Amino acid sequence: MASKQLATVEIEVREGRTTAILDGAFTIRSVGAVEGALKDIRSDTDLLVDIERLEHLDTAGAWSLTRLEQRLQVGGGSFRLRGATSRAEALLDTVAAALDSQKRAEGSDRPEQDQGFVEQLGRRVAEGVSTLLGMTGYLGIFLSRLARLALRPRQFRVTALVHHCEDVGVRAVPIVALMGFLIGVVLAFQGAVQLRQFGAEVFVVDLISVSILRELGILLTAIIVAGRTASAFTAAIGSMKMREEIDAMRTLGLDTASVLFVPRILALLLMLPILGLIANVSGLVGGALMSWIELGISPEMFRVRLLEGENVNHLGVGLVKAPVFAIIIGVVGCYCGMQVKGNADSLGQQTSRSVVAAIFLVIVADALFSIFFSELGV
Amino acid sequence: MTQEGARDGNREVVIEVRGLRNQFGDHVVHQGLDLDVYRGEILGVVGGSGTGKSVLLRTIAGLIEPAAGTVRVLGTDVLDAGLEERSRLEARWGVMFQDGALFSSLTVRENVEVPMKAVEGLDPETSRALADLKIAMAGLPPNAGDKYPSELSGGMRKRAGLARALALDPEIVFLDEPTAGLDPIGAADFDELIHGLSRSLGLTVFLVTHDLDTLHAVCDRIAVLAERKVLVTGTMQHMLTVDHPWVRAYFHGPRARAALDTATSKEGD
Repeated sequence: MASKQLATVEIEVREGRTTAILDGAFTIRSVGAVEGALKDIRSDTDLLVDIERLEHLDTAGAWSLTRLEQRLQVGGGSFRLRGATSRAEALLDTVAAALDSQKRAEGSDRPEQDQGFVEQLGRRVAEGVSTLLGMTGYLGIFLSRLARLALRPRQFRVTALVHHCEDVGVRAVPIVALMGFLIGVVLAFQGAVQLRQFGAEVFVVDLISVSILRELGILLTAIIVAGRTASAFTAAIGSMKMREEIDAMRTLGLDTASVLFVPRILALLLMLPILGLIANVSGLVGGALMSWIELGISPEMFRVRLLEGENVNHLGVGLVKAPVFAIIIGVVGCYCGMQVKGNADSLGQQTSRSVVAAIFLVIVADALFSIFFSELGV
Repeated sequence: MTQEGARDGNREVVIEVRGLRNQFGDHVVHQGLDLDVYRGEILGVVGGSGTGKSVLLRTIAGLIEPAAGTVRVLGTDVLDAGLEERSRLEARWGVMFQDGALFSSLTVRENVEVPMKAVEGLDPETSRALADLKIAMAGLPPNAGDKYPSELSGGMRKRAGLARALALDPEIVFLDEPTAGLDPIGAADFDELIHGLSRSLGLTVFLVTHDLDTLHAVCDRIAVLAERKVLVTGTMQHMLTVDHPWVRAYFHGPRARAALDTATSKEGD
């Protein structure tokens, strides 16, 4: 049927009577061209449509003919059909009935929404505030469930916790260690170039240890974990939500917060400080290696200098932030997962939203910590 | 395989399956399966769970590659067809999956318009109007076109799936359990819809179902899948005379009797 000729239309006017003769296959493929030709027929014409030579008529063709008929009837003309097979007639009836049912309920279309800039801005801000409030709510849910499980430790799902610890922690070790190492290398390299100008090469040790232990080690670890884990939480919980598994859990008397959120967030809480420590150590190793190669500071000297300068105290300042970052990442991941609606698009949207929000909030929290510590003079 | 119901031998065969063998690992689903579907008929495929009804549908529609055998649809070898031949063929059939399988990020109208995108020379306005027509033909209210699949009930999703399958006026439609999960009234409406559309559009319908009422109400012929092949094909009357344990249990069970009673009382009206 694909080889059939596209429909053509010939319009004859003879003695005041107009005849449209259709030929070929009047299908969805030719409806555009034929519609164009039929448009020229005035609405008050007495029209005879000859479809005797038509090889094939599909719903698109029947739709076009039915619309023409309706147009002529409204415009005061008339419409007659010649040469319709019984199949074509049945098809035309079906189409006319469908168009009728469509018309009866007209006017119920959803209005197009056109928003101005100010309205959009307002909606965004309101959305942002409600998101932040929602996340705070989830933090509360997490803490209350954690407290309840602490009172009834038998209900705690150890297997799930261990599983998530492996997922969140152990599997992230290679990437976190590599990242830390490279940061150490970069710092040593950049520091060496700058400090050599003053002959103060040895201070590169302080530069590396303070910046990595205090800030970069844990911050960059948290960012990597936010990208890896917040997205994974959102996708896992979101797809469960899409397939109504969350509803199923509720009907089975399982509390989603205890079953899904607590093990995940707790796993992050346990693993993020460890990952941060790994990043710190590999950062120092990378820095020491680069200092040795670039500045000739031997590893032994690096160690002595590191301990002498009381730089190790910065380790505590850095790692104390880890649990806060962990909770931010976990809560954002779970919250966004629960916001997924029934379609595939919203899963993608929420996943990217959870990563962006987690990283953003981690950096905000880090900034607040910096102000706090500098006020304290730590 | 007994053949009954193909009353005149010169009807055009639109789907021809020969020697089909499907297996997943060690598990053989089909072995030496033959099946013919004639133009314009509604064929109901029945069988117990796990007899590979949906697998057969997917194989014919080219979604599963069988281990052996040939599948010819409208004269084209589905398994051998090149890319272009395949896409030409796919425009001539439509598939309605069990839960509609609508694209969740598109509205119902956009879903129906997806296959129309491949048609050259179709302006957006016409394709929109045609999509609305198909939506109305599938028995959905006009405002359904603007809704997303997640906002529809299961029955409406099935209708939307049917509207999409019919978008290009196919010659064959494959329906996977069209009435599963519908309430009896909705299921009866859907049966009627399929029957009416197949007659007015001249469709050939390949219908996988468990629903005995559907078999009674719409199917011209029934094919029973059992023992890894098409055990028997024929009309409902023929099914009632077949002496095979599964076929007897299926067509003479309590539910079958009830469905038969309804069907005969309807005819008596």
